Amino acid sequence: MKNIAVKKAKSDAPSSLGMILLKGRTFIALILLFIFFSFTAQNFLNPASLLLIAKHVALYGILGIGMTYVIITGGIDLSVGAIVGLGGMIAGGLIDEGLPLQMFGVNLYFNVPAICLIVILLGALIGAFNGLIITKFNVAPFIATLGMMYVARGFAMLRSNGATFPNLVGSAELGNTGFEFWGGNVGTIPVAAIILIIIAIITAIILKKTPTGWHILSIGGNERAAKLSGVKVNKVKILVYVVSGACAAVVGIITASQLVAANPSSGESWEMNAIAATVLGGTSMAGGIGTIGGTIVGAFVIGILNDGMVMCGVSEFWQMVIKGVVIVLAVIVDQFQRNMQAKMALQQRSSK
Amino acid sequence: MENTTNSAQNPEVCLTCETIDKIYPGTKALDNVSFEVKTGKVNVLIGENGAGKSTLMKIVAGIESPSNGKLYMDGKEVSFKNAAEARAMGIGIIHQELSLFPNLNVYQNIFMANEHTKNGALDNKEHIRLAEQVLAKLEYPIDPNTIVGDLRVGQQQMVEIARNLVQAGLRILIMDEPTSSLSSQEVEVLFKIINELKASGISIVYISHRLEEIMRIGDYVTVLRDGKKVAEDDVKNISVSWIVQNMVGTDKSYAKKEKNIDFSKEEVVLRAEDLCLPKRGGGWLLDHVNFELHKGEILGIYGLLGAGRTEIFECIMGMRPEHTGKFYLHGEEMKTGTIAQQIDKGFALVPEDRQREGLVQTLNIGKNISLSSMERYAKGGLINRKKESEAVKEAIKDIHIKVADATLPILSLSGGNQQKVVIGKGTLTNPQILLMDEPSRGIDIGAKTEVFDIINQYAARGVSIIVISSELKEIIAIADRIAVLSNGLLTGEFQGDEINEQTLVTASYKGHNRT
Repeated sequence: MKNIAVKKAKSDAPSSLGMILLKGRTFIALILLFIFFSFTAQNFLNPASLLLIAKHVALYGILGIGMTYVIITGGIDLSVGAIVGLGGMIAGGLIDEGLPLQMFGVNLYFNVPAICLIVILLGALIGAFNGLIITKFNVAPFIATLGMMYVARGFAMLRSNGATFPNLVGSAELGNTGFEFWGGNVGTIPVAAIILIIIAIITAIILKKTPTGWHILSIGGNERAAKLSGVKVNKVKILVYVVSGACAAVVGIITASQLVAANPSSGESWEMNAIAATVLGGTSMAGGIGTIGGTIVGAFVIGILNDGMVMCGVSEFWQMVIKGVVIVLAVIVDQFQRNMQAKMALQQRSSK
Repeated sequence: MENTTNSAQNPEVCLTCETIDKIYPGTKALDNVSFEVKTGKVNVLIGENGAGKSTLMKIVAGIESPSNGKLYMDGKEVSFKNAAEARAMGIGIIHQELSLFPNLNVYQNIFMANEHTKNGALDNKEHIRLAEQVLAKLEYPIDPNTIVGDLRVGQQQMVEIARNLVQAGLRILIMDEPTSSLSSQEVEVLFKIINELKASGISIVYISHRLEEIMRIGDYVTVLRDGKKVAEDDVKNISVSWIVQNMVGTDKSYAKKEKNIDFSKEEVVLRAEDLCLPKRGGGWLLDHVNFELHKGEILGIYGLLGAGRTEIFECIMGMRPEHTGKFYLHGEEMKTGTIAQQIDKGFALVPEDRQREGLVQTLNIGKNISLSSMERYAKGGLINRKKESEAVKEAIKDIHIKVADATLPILSLSGGNQQKVVIGKGTLTNPQILLMDEPSRGIDIGAKTEVFDIINQYAARGVSIIVISSELKEIIAIADRIAVLSNGLLTGEFQGDEINEQTLVTASYKGHNRT
């Protein structure tokens, strides 16, 4: 018995070191990127630029968290970028114009917390629509959320006929000042980063410590087995799109607040950054595997890569090429790791 | 080389594995195994799960390469880099786990990577003609245009067999548990095919856990244990107990069932009245079926493939809302709800196909066990890890899952232990009624005996159990009472001394005579 244990430990040692390096690859890549840009980009280590990067990372991170939930169930949510735009426009409209109630001939102005709540609920509602279309009408997630992407973007444009809501500072007499708080800093820390941390902690706890979280993981792993085990598959699926929609709405609020203006085309193609952060963080597009922590690291990689290249003066066109290559490479390495793990599991099995 | 291959040049042997080792880090899956495939014979390979049978066959079929040792075909050394190379040499394999394309139809599956073309385009007319021909040979007339995903597991198995038969230049056909999901009628046809193949000079390597089959169909038996060859002999020289002794080291057989309890006096836990399930395109999957289940009783359901056995479970679990008829749970009428609601009512299902329906491969062993009952360990929304891991540990102990650490991946377990995980997931919900669909499918005798022990153990605690099985000997050994379904009809119900193989088989054909 003792012999076997010793033998096993020995044979595992070299492969497990490789495995640790393989598992921590995104984190290692992040550190390498950081070091690289510290030397090549002049202002990279300057507090102002670090703050800016942190703000961007927070946006990708929050979107990525919602996306992670969705992708773990085996789905995808392409509508988040459009929800960012729509959420910002709704918030901006409520501040600048209020809610006109024509039958009473008055304009209703809400205070900022109420506006934020309305926008987040709207995002959740759009997510619920996505979920319902996917579960009740059996539409593929890609198609359902692609449709929603156009619908939400269209409504964002319709809200102001494509114009921007400028100067979202509110007025003291209407009691709706303070919107710029969400895009600002507390001390030196961006509010967006604090929100990211709060959302990340909550969602990570839900994913790994609650039945709902394990149900999310089980659906992506084997939907039929999950269903036969009594997991309420449709309910859980709707929930993940609700979370994704709400996260996107939060990003919409922060973005509009950072700019102190709401632009209907903001958030365009951000769903791709969210997907990239998720995939870089080790979430499997096939579903069943993924962590919130991984996605945050992925968001850092995307954020630092983006801003670092800008600071280095890399042309926008090359930026796209490099980003694309990085994402595909990440998936290739990910597949490699999964194959290794499956092999190791099978070896353990035949060793019995 | 010439010296060492004397046996291989023998025309009676078409493939020789010589002193094969297969080493995985930390373990030897195969240890100095020599194995001969005799021409035109059924070469049986047998051993418990993990004995190395599948590994050896994967090496022969080119899916894995040996760490040491050599392969010879007709006296020439061969080595296969992949399955395609082995296939080109005339080696075909029917895998234990089906490897079909569920999204494609029958003839597309049969001719996958072996397509016939006419002027560069697929010749589907020819495909359909040949597919019909080979299916007719198998006495299994399925429409070649049927989508494979719509077929039942047993039918898919037939397609898998057909797919190997159409291969040109087939010389060696490896069958890894080909009968595990076939009914006895289909098994007969398969045996006929095997005899025809033998007659045409094709050599068969046959892996099975069904010992009676081996005695019937096999010519030469090789027994593996823990990666080593322990015995080999002509089938005519041996007996079932010889095989079992060599496989497990000691003589093991199914635990005999004491059938002297009169369950008719026990409470009726579940009653089905006039259960009907319409078939797509007319007719019935279940045709006015009535049955009762008593407390602590093990009710066996026997029948051929497509007799409606699994459909009964699907109705009970709420997966067939279109069914008519009534269920009574503890005497009160029960409306079937969602699967989750049925579990809350005290039902638990161990599904037929553990890979597709039983396990979540991405979760670890412990989470697979606790998946159905997770909400019970949660307080204020959070899972109480201690409570959960204690329950999992209890289940692992209770149903004898051989595992060192519940956080290991599910794939690290052997088939028998994976099956026990699925059972453990069901029993952890504290069911009153346990529904088990082919619980012993594709697992070795040792694990089977353990699964039967588990079933008896739960019945003794007052759990009522319905077991579906296609294996006569097993269902006779395990069930207190056996209901036979045939073509959707309940054609017989047997108890005590009435239970024997003859009556069950006769009843299982009755429903087909009616039309």
